[in-house]
Amino acid sequence: MLLDIEDLTIELPPGAAARPVLAEVSLRVGRGEVVGLVGESGSGKSTTARAVLRMLPEGARTSGSVAVDGEDVLAMDPARLRRHRSRTVSMIFQDPRSAMNPVRRIGDFLTDPLTRVLGLSRRDALAKAVELLASVGLSDPERRMRQRPHELSGGMLQRVVIAAALSTDPDLLLADEATSALDATTQAEVLALLRSVQEERRRAGSGLGTLFITHDLPLAAAYCDRVYVMYAGRVVEQRPAHGLFADPRHPYTRGLLDCSPSLGDDSEPRPIPGRPPSLSDPLTGCPFLPRCARAEAECETWAPVAVPVGGGDGSAGDGSAACRRLELVSRSSA
Amino acid sequence: MIRGLPRRIAGLFATLLAASFLIFAAVYAAPGDPAVLLSGSRQELTPEKLAAVRAEHHLDEPLVVQYGRWLWDGVQGDLGRSFQYRDHVADLIGARLPTTLELVGYATVFFVVLGVGSGVLAALRRGWVDSAVVGGTTLAASVPAFVAAIALVSLFGVRLGWFPVTGQGEGLAGRLHHLTLPAFALALSALAVISRVTRQAMAEAYASDHVEAARAAGQSERQIVVQHVLRNALGPIVTMCGLVMAGMLAGTVVVETAFGLSGIGSLLVSAITTHDFPVTQAVLLLMVIGYVVVTTLVDLVHPLIDPRVAPGGQPRSKPEGKTT
Amino acid sequence: MTTLTAGALIPVRVRARRPVPVMIAGGFLALVVVAAVCAPLIAPHPPDAVDLSASLAGTTPQHPLGTDASGQDLLSRVLYGARSSLLAPLALLALAALLGVTMGTVAAWRGGWVDTLLSRVTDVMYAFPGLLFVVLVIAVFGDGLTTSIVALGLAYAPTIARYTRSLALAERSQPYIDAYRVQGMGGTRICVRHLVPNLAGAIVGYLVVLFGEGLMSLATLSYLGFGAGSPSIDWGLMVQEGQDAVVQEALLPALVPGTAIAAVVVAFNIVGVWVSDRLGKGR
Repeated sequence: MLLDIEDLTIELPPGAAARPVLAEVSLRVGRGEVVGLVGESGSGKSTTARAVLRMLPEGARTSGSVAVDGEDVLAMDPARLRRHRSRTVSMIFQDPRSAMNPVRRIGDFLTDPLTRVLGLSRRDALAKAVELLASVGLSDPERRMRQRPHELSGGMLQRVVIAAALSTDPDLLLADEATSALDATTQAEVLALLRSVQEERRRAGSGLGTLFITHDLPLAAAYCDRVYVMYAGRVVEQRPAHGLFADPRHPYTRGLLDCSPSLGDDSEPRPIPGRPPSLSDPLTGCPFLPRCARAEAECETWAPVAVPVGGGDGSAGDGSAACRRLELVSRSSA
Repeated sequence: MIRGLPRRIAGLFATLLAASFLIFAAVYAAPGDPAVLLSGSRQELTPEKLAAVRAEHHLDEPLVVQYGRWLWDGVQGDLGRSFQYRDHVADLIGARLPTTLELVGYATVFFVVLGVGSGVLAALRRGWVDSAVVGGTTLAASVPAFVAAIALVSLFGVRLGWFPVTGQGEGLAGRLHHLTLPAFALALSALAVISRVTRQAMAEAYASDHVEAARAAGQSERQIVVQHVLRNALGPIVTMCGLVMAGMLAGTVVVETAFGLSGIGSLLVSAITTHDFPVTQAVLLLMVIGYVVVTTLVDLVHPLIDPRVAPGGQPRSKPEGKTT
Repeated sequence: MTTLTAGALIPVRVRARRPVPVMIAGGFLALVVVAAVCAPLIAPHPPDAVDLSASLAGTTPQHPLGTDASGQDLLSRVLYGARSSLLAPLALLALAALLGVTMGTVAAWRGGWVDTLLSRVTDVMYAFPGLLFVVLVIAVFGDGLTTSIVALGLAYAPTIARYTRSLALAERSQPYIDAYRVQGMGGTRICVRHLVPNLAGAIVGYLVVLFGEGLMSLATLSYLGFGAGSPSIDWGLMVQEGQDAVVQEALLPALVPGTAIAAVVVAFNIVGVWVSDRLGKGR
């Protein structure tokens, strides 16, 4: 397994938060696999991605493990950690404009990892950088090299960021809302680019794992192989994408899907009542309880635990959901 | 940068014209006969003498014509004659300007090195180093230059005897030796300003997302500090250094007086106490020109260091809205 | 929003009401004010009592802070000097605030040529670095404490005007202003009765910060011989009178008033930053 997060819990210092930022999160990404991670703001999906790079909140205490290629990230020494961050894993941030140093040229941004990590000469790095820019579909790459971030559009910049992220041939790509800041057509282009990179690497036999973080569940279901849904620092459901979309098991997942209207569906979009809990709300029992239509008294004391769920047709599947009334949900929806 | 240039230059000249007119016309704002003021009121004034002063300064002509004449002469290097020294003002200033410029240059080295250094230190080493630097700069910013001058002379000149208390010194080493205490007194409050600006700019650069992104890409902290934090903080630091240095010309008035240095700052003080008006006007004009020109230059250089700033000092419009 | 920074997660801790340095600085300033008011009661000697036999005496039981060249008791003179050194900046700020707040409010309220005039005047004023504008006024009108105060008042006014203008522009768009207008209240009345009083907190905070600077500027002018003249007792003037004794290794005559200036300015800066932080809140 390329990425294997096991029972990861991240707690802030006492007094800073009433509940863990992440609670018993387990998540896996295999080689060549695109895994979606979906949730509202503050659900812990970015914290999970950052934990893969061991970029933890200040003063945080962790338990559980984060293993990449079998090696525990949380136990790496500083030099190993830098190599891990620069070679094994690449991260793409939501806003390419703030992720790039505004005073440095595009060329510097691209050649830096090439010379620093791959040890290329300045000359080779420049040639490789131009090649990379062309490969992500930027026109006139030589000129782009001399430009600064403010001279490029958001979509172009995100291509540059992707080019830089791929330049060191990472095994794992963390795309943190990589397309959320872009308009619809640019978003489609960037997704197509990521997909083609994925295909290329699959053909080359060195599968690239991608953790695709988004708040857009339909997008994740359409783009990813498997999807994890997070709520209040917990994974509430994880399923193969098609199963999740066709037959969501956790009430929260169902609620998320009901929020977004789809074409040919006459039903009104139904927002989930209430708001997600903040870090200062202590949680006992099921975190989704206050917003759940199926909640009952026992849910208040139920410690969430992942229950295996099968496919929509009643066959055994490879997913799980953390809901006490799961059987009821699946029976009533079936 | 080229686009904003003509407007900046036009603005520069407009400001200089207004300021020079203020300096020139101030004589007429004074109560009484400007001829009395222009002749230096300590002297015995006979009607003939007043008439001579009137003729010399063309006081019977309209104010604007007089101003034009003064400015035209000034541009050609003729700033009139001093009443006190009976010398050409230009010669007086020419003889004293090197001392003042050396003093400002030396002080600039002090405040840039120590100010930026302590600011960087405070930003990199949080905790007691940071508190010490912040406390020290609060103190340094609150001590007037003349008090600092006396304290420095008392300690390093009189008590410890490390530095000479009077005189100008011979040769480069000697001059530097003599100018060390004055330069430090002049640099003290500037040092505090630069230290704070540096610390603040570094802290802001540290908090930006691209530093986080660089860390995520596995850059070492040293690289992050050099390529991202220092590099991005450079714009405000350089700008502030330029502005502070420009303002130092005025600061020499106090420091040169305190140390008995013979520069244009002390010349201005003695010109005012002896009612030597042509010298007063000329020194004021020179200092204002120096200040305005340097600040304009700083404005023009800023976009070269920081591409986020458009020419003319306006920050570029924000990038297209990011969705949350 | 996907990036959860550590800072966003940590709730803002309730800040200590008054930090220790602010308490110390405030207490010190209160002490200085009391000392200035009670100078005749607590000064051990008359401030102008000349005693040539005690010229440049160091610290003695009779003269705890020593004497100057004419044998005048430095402690007494510093205590009396506090009066003019504190009152003069107050007068200067009162003048500057009156001019500046009026100019700034009118510029923000009326806009148009008043606003343009303010920005032109400010531009020209800002072309004179440091105290040079004040020096020009003194060169023309002669030296003296009054001239210094008026000149500094004029020099500070544009800065205060700019600040007031920015505050007043924001305040003017508040709904309550429109409400008064709808009731038919005149512009002047709204400004004087409602707008300016609502800005007062922020402006006072700003003035406290300026006080230290004003004290420093006035002391500098006195030191240069442009401010308070010889018979009066002023800290800046005392430094000038005392500096000749420094080469004779008598440091107290210059250092005692110099330290007084520095200490009061430090205290004002510490208190000023705190006050303007608090009064500036909510905008």
